[in-house]
Amino acid sequence: MIKAYLGVDVGSVSTNLVILDANNQVIAGTYLRTNGKPIVVVQEGLHQIGQEISKDIEICGVGATGSARYLTSLIIGADIVKNEITAHAMAASTVIDDVKTIIEIGGQDSKIIIMRDGVVTDFAMNTVCAAGTGSFLDQQANRLCIPIEHFGDYALRAKTPVRIAGRCAVFAESDMIHKQQLGYNTEDIIAGLCEALVRNYMNNVGKGKDIKPPVIFQGGVAANQGLVRAFNKYLGVEVIVPEAYGIMGAIGAAMLARRASKKKGKTKFKGFNIQEIEFKTTSFECKGCSNACEVVQFFENEELAARWGDRCGRWELH
Amino acid sequence: MKISFPHMGYSYIAFKWLVENMGHECIVPPEPSSRTLDLGVRYAPEFACIPFKILLGTYLEVVEMGAEVIISSGGMGPCRAGYYWVMHKYLLEEAGKDVKVVAFELPRSDIMDFWKKLRWLRKTGGISVKEFIRVFKTAWNKIMVIDDVEMRSHEIRPYEIHRGDTTRGLWTALDMIDKANTLQEIQEARVEGLRQLNQIEQDRSRKPLKIGIIGEIYVVLEPAANHYIQIMLGEMGVQTDRSIYLTSYARKNTIVNLEGDVFEVAKPYLNEAPIGGHGVNSIGETILYAKHGFDGVVQLAPFACIPEIVAKSIIPTVSKDYSIPVLTLFIDEQTGKAGVQTRLEAFVDLLESRREVRERHERLVI
Repeated sequence: MIKAYLGVDVGSVSTNLVILDANNQVIAGTYLRTNGKPIVVVQEGLHQIGQEISKDIEICGVGATGSARYLTSLIIGADIVKNEITAHAMAASTVIDDVKTIIEIGGQDSKIIIMRDGVVTDFAMNTVCAAGTGSFLDQQANRLCIPIEHFGDYALRAKTPVRIAGRCAVFAESDMIHKQQLGYNTEDIIAGLCEALVRNYMNNVGKGKDIKPPVIFQGGVAANQGLVRAFNKYLGVEVIVPEAYGIMGAIGAAMLARRASKKKGKTKFKGFNIQEIEFKTTSFECKGCSNACEVVQFFENEELAARWGDRCGRWELH
Repeated sequence: MKISFPHMGYSYIAFKWLVENMGHECIVPPEPSSRTLDLGVRYAPEFACIPFKILLGTYLEVVEMGAEVIISSGGMGPCRAGYYWVMHKYLLEEAGKDVKVVAFELPRSDIMDFWKKLRWLRKTGGISVKEFIRVFKTAWNKIMVIDDVEMRSHEIRPYEIHRGDTTRGLWTALDMIDKANTLQEIQEARVEGLRQLNQIEQDRSRKPLKIGIIGEIYVVLEPAANHYIQIMLGEMGVQTDRSIYLTSYARKNTIVNLEGDVFEVAKPYLNEAPIGGHGVNSIGETILYAKHGFDGVVQLAPFACIPEIVAKSIIPTVSKDYSIPVLTLFIDEQTGKAGVQTRLEAFVDLLESRREVRERHERLVI
């Protein structure tokens, strides 16, 4: 049997699953759209990835990350639940040992992680603004009728990027429209948008951070070559895009799972074929006091498996 | 008169007692909810900060409940919060609400105004000066004791074995304080409340991290405005201390002034004019927490709060000099706590691995 570890990253836009061997090498990986249905997507993704791997692979540990990490951990039986920041940092350090800066841009959020000697020393995440994240780029690509996969190529063809306001996604959009109406070509506008987004990122998330090379750029948005070039230009160093840039969170989760399983010795993994299990959530308003907490109940095949959402802990299952 | 006031943490328990014992009727402000925010957002200017919107929402709610007078605070310094009560007054008028807004400025800025307003409250309530002093003293004691039990709950929560035991213990203690009417009863409630908190089943082998909570006063004081951050961190196994308690605030800002200390330590980083609000405090407090051996600091800042933004841009230097990580959370209309949870978990991971590295070094040295 080959020992392997499963990492699952369920984010706002994508759901990624990765199976790593004991040397942190990717055996299999999938990238799916979450489409607002995390439970179903995890079940399907798990089944898919289970089909891909050979029968002699044994899952010895499971890690969950992403904004739906707690829900996911209940569905798959995770041994460890970790936030995305720790998971991304973990994965990046396998690409380059002494990585000092990690730029991660995903569907709804963007982060910067500063590392020194393999330890996270500082980080920031966008707070009230989603300009520059994947969803915004998706929207703009849509509006320009360019498939998002080709967005970067357009930027690379630009000769003189147009200056676009990057302060806010809404302003960026109206600025873009104005420039279009003035007759600037699409390539230059897209390249300008990439530069604006990098400026916005650096002023928002990167503000006050001690950015030093090597810099790794990961997350779904790293597919965009236009942004890679804009980062290179702004930072004055070559940013490194890892081969598995889109599934780094899941890789980190799998690595954390390996570490956790060493301590625990056994896994809670429920197996690849959980599509038959019916997972269901219901909620009710607690009448215990004036707080009126909305308590969520999680059922696995009609059996109550977990409850959360109460502030006082009275509904907790022990 | 039917009197109400802003909701700030658990202080309403003492204020309610004060209002009632001055001979007035109290309209207890409800804990800020999504409805409070909806109301506030609807009537407030778009650019106003979250404390402004929550307060306005609260005022609209208490007016609905029958409040005739709202007592608020003014404030010192050029932070716009000092004029909020004036804005609130105009906005309530515009919305056609028949309510009087009375704001107390700091006694040292206008002592006459301060006494005049107090006198008015006493006369309309119909109690003697002697009685007034007694009531005031008792209410002050209540706030002190409320802060005492809350502080203890934040110390104990990281050790609790069953999630929620501490929170429920705190509620029980607050309930006892709420029912106490004399100085003696308040002391008894304090002793009993603390005893019950101490008796919660705990795992004392844990070594909780220590995090200081700093930032703008309202979002620091009102758990409903900061996603109950101290409870959230406590349940992650972190001990927290916050820079502002109502009693410490009053001790600093009214007659006894302890605030000089914070300004003094902040001086190497910001020696010029006060930047308003709690901006300078945030810088000074970061230093104080570092000096007291805390592992990290969380800064709470309302979105677009100028003093906190200024502080935020100075804090990286402080953080480096004193080797203390600082996480800034901007607070606005979002009510989802998942994002805050993610950042806090990552911050706790960061602090834990720092501690591991430090302990490894210490072992090597030995």
